[in-house]
Amino acid sequence: MIRHHLSDALLMAYSAGQLPEAFSLAVATHVSLCDECRARLESFDAVGGVLLEDCAETGMAEDSFAATMARIKSGAPQPRMVPPAPARGIFPAPLRDYVGGDLEAVRWRPVGGGVRQAILPTDRAATARLLYIPGGVAVPDHGHRGTELTLVLQGAFRDEVDRFARGDIEIATEELEHTPVAEAGEPCICLAATDAPLRFNSLVPRMLQPLLRI
Amino acid sequence: MLQFVRAGPITESLRIPPALGRLAGTEEGSVHVSDGSAPQGEWVEQMLRLARHGDESAFAELFGHFAPRVKAFLMKSGATASLAEECAQDVMATVWHKAALFDPARASVATWIFTIARNRRIDALRKSRRPEPEDLPWGPEPEPDQVDALVLQQETEKLGEALALLPDNQRELIEKAYFGDLSHGEIAKITGLPLGTIKSRIRLALEKLRQTMT
Repeated sequence: MIRHHLSDALLMAYSAGQLPEAFSLAVATHVSLCDECRARLESFDAVGGVLLEDCAETGMAEDSFAATMARIKSGAPQPRMVPPAPARGIFPAPLRDYVGGDLEAVRWRPVGGGVRQAILPTDRAATARLLYIPGGVAVPDHGHRGTELTLVLQGAFRDEVDRFARGDIEIATEELEHTPVAEAGEPCICLAATDAPLRFNSLVPRMLQPLLRI
Repeated sequence: MLQFVRAGPITESLRIPPALGRLAGTEEGSVHVSDGSAPQGEWVEQMLRLARHGDESAFAELFGHFAPRVKAFLMKSGATASLAEECAQDVMATVWHKAALFDPARASVATWIFTIARNRRIDALRKSRRPEPEDLPWGPEPEPDQVDALVLQQETEKLGEALALLPDNQRELIEKAYFGDLSHGEIAKITGLPLGTIKSRIRLALEKLRQTMT
């Protein structure tokens, strides 16, 4: 049961196509797991539909329809597609695309204390990374200059706000200083998206920051 | 992995419920009849003719209505006239190819075309990627429920009416979010969109789809 959802602002920005790629990845991955947010997202799409309907028409080129039909017919006939069966791993399809597979395909790098991370390839407006936190281990306490989205894919963590388990997404803003701790048991795997470098409160993580790109 | 199926059974299963061809009809007392000013429901019939038969005249009608709006949408978003023309043709070609994926119980035709136009805009103007949520492991229901489809189309119309009643500055902000470049922070200031009812309908449609599949 998912208890922590996306905000209206994130869903609207994603629907409007205004989010940096790393944030879009976090939103798309959460929506893949959460029908409630999928329904909210599609209602924001409906706002886009109304705005499109209301657009004053701009005249098309004279041969536009013929050109489009030629485009359609020159393409190889497209087979009708059936969506693939849901995969069995822990990564929903959008995340699997970025990793190139499921959990076993992740190329982890140690960042200290048993915590591991993998940066995913997105445009530079924001950063997306996977985090691996062994059960019982804490991520160094940190604040945020911008927004940090943390989506749990396996296991669970707790911080000053609440408990977060698979499918839950935490939206941390500048005000939040928190120390997420993975629950005892299986490692906690998260997808985290940030639009500004994190602000660590102790010296060592701060010194490592440029090396780790976090 | 994509799976391909023969065209036969799909074509067969997309049989159009007769009532969808009369969306402005008044079989039910509670049915709100459009005055024709925002005939978003009407396009469902053309979409289903296109999906079922590859009906070129249905496509021509859709093209006549939506291509000039898609072009206007792209130009408002900063595309030159020639790029917008090119992309609008692309968008309409995608409408042709993906017609079978349109689900009238989840979106109006304008909403569905908006999502295609938005994705094309992100490719063409922002040269960025927008990962999509995982497809539901099934397409639209073979026999979309007529009442569900009708109600969703009406909810979209009502949403349009409600948006038209918003104060000018609020409405301008929404347009800027969908057409222009509004940051996620600025988008957070947009509140009070009347999305509760349409969201509930879409949520219901998703639930029904999941039930059909289990």
